[in-house]
Amino acid sequence: MIPAMSNKHQLLAAGLDLAYGDRQIVTGLSLTVPPGKLTVIVGANASGKSTLLRGLARLLTPTRGAVYLDGKPIHQMPTREVATLLGVLPQTPIAPDAIAVTDLVGRGRYPHQGWFRRWTTEDDAAVAEALNATDTADLAGRAVDELSGGQRQRVWIAMALAQDTQLLLLDEPTTYLDINHQVEVLDLLTDLVRQRGRTVVVVLHDLNLACRYADHIVAMKSGHIVAEGSPGDVMTEAVVADVFGMPSRIVRDPVSDTPMVVPIGRHHAGSLEGQAKRGVAVTY
Amino acid sequence: MSMATYAGRIRTLRHAAASRRRSTSLALLTALGAAFALALYLGDYPIPPLAVVQSLFSPLTGLTDRSVDFIVLQVRLPRAVLALLSGASFGLAGIIFQTLLRNPLASPDIIGIAHGASAAAVFCIIILGWTALAVSVGAFLGAILTALAIYLLAWRDGVTAFRVVLIGIGMAAMLAAAISYLFTRARLNEVQQAMAWLVGSLNAARPEDCIVLGGAMLVLVPLLIGLVRGLDAMELGDDTARALGATVERSRLGLMLVAVGFAAFATAAVGPVGFVAFVSGPLARYLLKGTGRGFPQAALVGALVMLVSDLIAQHMLPAVQLPVGVVTGACGALFLLWLLMSSGRSGRIN
Repeated sequence: MIPAMSNKHQLLAAGLDLAYGDRQIVTGLSLTVPPGKLTVIVGANASGKSTLLRGLARLLTPTRGAVYLDGKPIHQMPTREVATLLGVLPQTPIAPDAIAVTDLVGRGRYPHQGWFRRWTTEDDAAVAEALNATDTADLAGRAVDELSGGQRQRVWIAMALAQDTQLLLLDEPTTYLDINHQVEVLDLLTDLVRQRGRTVVVVLHDLNLACRYADHIVAMKSGHIVAEGSPGDVMTEAVVADVFGMPSRIVRDPVSDTPMVVPIGRHHAGSLEGQAKRGVAVTY
Repeated sequence: MSMATYAGRIRTLRHAAASRRRSTSLALLTALGAAFALALYLGDYPIPPLAVVQSLFSPLTGLTDRSVDFIVLQVRLPRAVLALLSGASFGLAGIIFQTLLRNPLASPDIIGIAHGASAAAVFCIIILGWTALAVSVGAFLGAILTALAIYLLAWRDGVTAFRVVLIGIGMAAMLAAAISYLFTRARLNEVQQAMAWLVGSLNAARPEDCIVLGGAMLVLVPLLIGLVRGLDAMELGDDTARALGATVERSRLGLMLVAVGFAAFATAAVGPVGFVAFVSGPLARYLLKGTGRGFPQAALVGALVMLVSDLIAQHMLPAVQLPVGVVTGACGALFLLWLLMSSGRSGRIN
């Protein structure tokens, strides 16, 4: 086991503008990522959450403002140095044809290797650890293109883990996964935070999983942060209405006691009163 | 299982892959050695194997036989060496492009770089009336300029693989039209000379060609070795590569320049011999079965394809020497059909 790291690295954005060409996506955004916590970014489609993640990960150069890693502007740091502190799993990574699982996970060791430092036993250990953490050790010898979607996603997370960075940013790592694998992935990220003291930032679609797993939630709408804080503070009916333009009821998650968002929709608005009286959302 | 056992298992898998790469290389080297020996031995003028060996060592031993030495050292050896060097260059140029652009169709003989060399050579022959070495220089410049044009046209805040392939294919069509137009303005003997160049041939192989191409490879291969590590990250997509700390734009440009260098020097030496660049990478990867990226193996496959194709071209029909490009073209086209059909099922070409 790698011991929990005590020196936590600081990631923050100040007055950040992010754009693709002329299209401005994120405007004047400031955010301090809480160290040693699991931060979840939520928001509707096109709210700029993935763009923000790419900006934080120095994959997108800001048009104004800056991202600071330990007080230094991240875009001016050597990219290799950043890669040893901050790992990123983009939304759509590409697996080369016929690549084996161990080989793909081993690519996560890239920033730790160089011209004179090739593969070492430390790299083997990091790959083994990453495979173990993601429960993919049994797949080690298989080709990535033979795997199911869930297995493949866990292998990609293993690749990011093998990079062995204190900060880890993931863009919708649970998309395309069955609910059981979504929960597994989020449990794994929680382990990283609680047991290894890592700082994790993740973009998620599912509000209820976000509320359950997040230490810190960032709710975004059209390139701004609407609300941030603990799920209990942030996830109110007013915030959901603002961010998603949708009426909802907030109830207690019967398992985790975190807020749970129940969308109302057009066809059930009338029966809302009766359901609330019967306590439908809380009795499972 | 304990973590140490896991690590041990990873090490075992890694060693197994390395051993597969080694045995593949060794098998290819053996085949290459056999083909090379055959190329020195076979010919219209029968020379016993021992005399071939004796002649090869004559510069050291001083045991000379003027007619045998001429055939072995001035005719067959340069031809075989040139086949080997140009085949390896085409193979490397092909696999670099195919890897960078993540598309088996992206070899320089498909995305217009060979067409650029051809159009320039035909222009030199028909309009400028150049011959031999001057045509090679023209072809070299044509390849470089075409590659540059494709890169610039594909540039939009960086280049994407798909744009390069599309623009390259468009460029190839345009240059093919230019070649056709030049033919309409040519005299018959010029057409013959240009056609001979376009098919690609080792018939005119001279020791000087080997020296020029060999010298270029001495520069390009170390550059490639220096740049190739970046592909570990770049193969996973641009965002992942940047996340892993790779300098994507710079590495991609460097690798493209090296690939264009290989393609341009080889084309200048032997003409645009079709499909060698295109088939080498996929064949090497097929042999490796997912245990490696296959750059050294692609060079060996390219050399082997070139050498064997030339042997077939020379000796298949009695008293007729076909240009090597006819053989590689015929085999390569079949390979292309196979690739398109098998990829159509798995959807690998996009």
